[in-house]
Amino acid sequence: MTVTAVGDTAVVSEARPPRRVRSGPSKRLWGQILLYALLVALAIIYIYPFLVAVATSFKSDAEAAVDPISLIPNVFSWAAYETLFGRSAFPLWFMNSTIVTISVTLGRVFFVSLAGYALARLHFRGRGVIFALVIAVMAVPGVVLLIPRFLVLNQIGIYDSYAGMILPLLVDAAGVFIMKNFFESIPVSIEEQARIDGAGTFRVFWSVVLPMARPALITIIILSFQGSWNELSHFIVSTQSPELTTLTKGVASLASGQLSQGSQYPIKLAASVIMTIPVALMFFIFQKKIMSTTEGALKG
Amino acid sequence: MTTRVIAPRRSGPSRIRTGEGVAGWVFTAPIIIILGVFLFIPVLMALWVSVSDWTGRGSPLSGNVSFVGLDNYAAVTTGGGLPERNFGISLRNIAWYTLLVVPLQTILSLFLAVLVSRAILRGRGVFRTAFYFPSVTSTVAIVVLWLFLFSTNGVINEVLSWFGINGPNWFSDPRGIVHIAAGAVGLGAGPEALVSSGFLGITWWEWLAGPSVALSAFILMAVFTTSGTFMLLFVAALQGVGVELGEAGMMDGATGWQRFWHITLPQLRPTLFTVLTLGLIGCWQMFEQIYTGTQGGPGKTTLTPAYLSYQSAFISQDWGQGSAIAFILFVIIIFFTIVQRWLLRERPVSKRRARRYQVRGQRS
Repeated sequence: MTVTAVGDTAVVSEARPPRRVRSGPSKRLWGQILLYALLVALAIIYIYPFLVAVATSFKSDAEAAVDPISLIPNVFSWAAYETLFGRSAFPLWFMNSTIVTISVTLGRVFFVSLAGYALARLHFRGRGVIFALVIAVMAVPGVVLLIPRFLVLNQIGIYDSYAGMILPLLVDAAGVFIMKNFFESIPVSIEEQARIDGAGTFRVFWSVVLPMARPALITIIILSFQGSWNELSHFIVSTQSPELTTLTKGVASLASGQLSQGSQYPIKLAASVIMTIPVALMFFIFQKKIMSTTEGALKG
Repeated sequence: MTTRVIAPRRSGPSRIRTGEGVAGWVFTAPIIIILGVFLFIPVLMALWVSVSDWTGRGSPLSGNVSFVGLDNYAAVTTGGGLPERNFGISLRNIAWYTLLVVPLQTILSLFLAVLVSRAILRGRGVFRTAFYFPSVTSTVAIVVLWLFLFSTNGVINEVLSWFGINGPNWFSDPRGIVHIAAGAVGLGAGPEALVSSGFLGITWWEWLAGPSVALSAFILMAVFTTSGTFMLLFVAALQGVGVELGEAGMMDGATGWQRFWHITLPQLRPTLFTVLTLGLIGCWQMFEQIYTGTQGGPGKTTLTPAYLSYQSAFISQDWGQGSAIAFILFVIIIFFTIVQRWLLRERPVSKRRARRYQVRGQRS
């Protein structure tokens, strides 16, 4: 897509000069120089905050307060990281986030693709109603579920447990929607052949359809990894004990100063830097995929 | 190909489809159970709590909890006490927040998309990545970063001092920016007419305060974190905009701005609607930023309806009022969602044309 667009423009710019021989090319060149200068300036504004966060995490408290803006610490110090990993609950938070994220991602991939397949391919009474419900659920805003979720977790006795943290996150209506759309886009003939050969519905799904769905499954994995790693509000209302604190909840308590005295920006920023690394890695590995997923959300 | 697929279906649909009904329900059972237990039932329970006097002890379904009608809803909308005033303040804050964030993020993301699409040399991927990166990081990490950047001796105030500006104490400054501007031209106290009456427990003068300096920092944060996502939507839409139209405009001697305003922008209308309504819905949900950053302070100027709902229930143990606020918020957000789906509904024929066809039909 990008390539063709670039190609088109190149053709256009080659074709134009005969009309405006003098002003055309130089004006165009200046325009591009100005454009790139603007883009570079904006990119610096967007990226600088993250660079300064990394830099500050290696500064001392005093230096962070006196010279917040420089990207190279005067005295390079690992103190913030040593405190986080040696004398705080940070490793525990990291472990909890990892447990929850892996469980949620695995569960979602399985349940969401099962449901998506059923809604796309299987003929059964009530299919339309279930799909309408999934669409309706997509419209329910997360923040109004805070009190309701707590009420039900408390009622059925899984408040403040891994089960209460993980189970409500296992289904993502948008994921069902993505998988259904994907299954509808692949030809039905291969499944039909497997069925005629006598494979049961689950077998067809598991060994014929699912392997073909790799691109869509990667999308689901990215979305649920990012979503559950960055999730905060659900853990606020589903847990209270320190042993179940996740990274988001733990770092939020650091930020609001509940656990510390003074500003202590190096420690707080070190914690956010480490918290960002897994999603940043995910982002850079699947960059193209993530961006086209976001773009595709509109095209549906 | 098609005939080969259809042929076996016709010859033995009953044999191939055997058990599909059962399989369909088995396959969808996990999501039905989870959505039922963790979404549908909870919402019903909260609806009950919002019309009950439950105080947070024991189960809200037990016998000693009683029905109080719409008392909780009345307390936050007409009660005349602190709950009404808090709710009014939270609506004032979120209204100003939305009023500034939605236009700013839309204009900035469209601007970024146009810039990125215009770049014909290398590197457009790098710029897209740079602008999109803030969108993938967690709210908590961004808030920590913002608290640091906007601290009294932080990066922002340091940069402002280069231009001779004495930066404010961002996250502890409750002054509304409209009030600051009014004070600068000598309208410190506000006219009598606006101070003496009001709505939802706060005076009209307080409604007009504008976002506080602290809330303004959150406004900048929202623009920073969302513009990348919306930029991608605009980039995708710009790729679909016809080249021929732009070329025709060029022949007619239209300037770049005229071409953008009269040719490109009208074609971006569906994306524009999407971005505007997604922005609106996102703004009204503001919660995690406040939980992590300011907990509603300074002077309640960053109190949002979602945070107030959480605070009323989980901290003040006023579960009925907290749930009532959540449901009012629910109705507001669902309203925006319905408006969005209505604006973006598939309409092969425009309304005016449809009417013309109808009239013709009636005549004939």
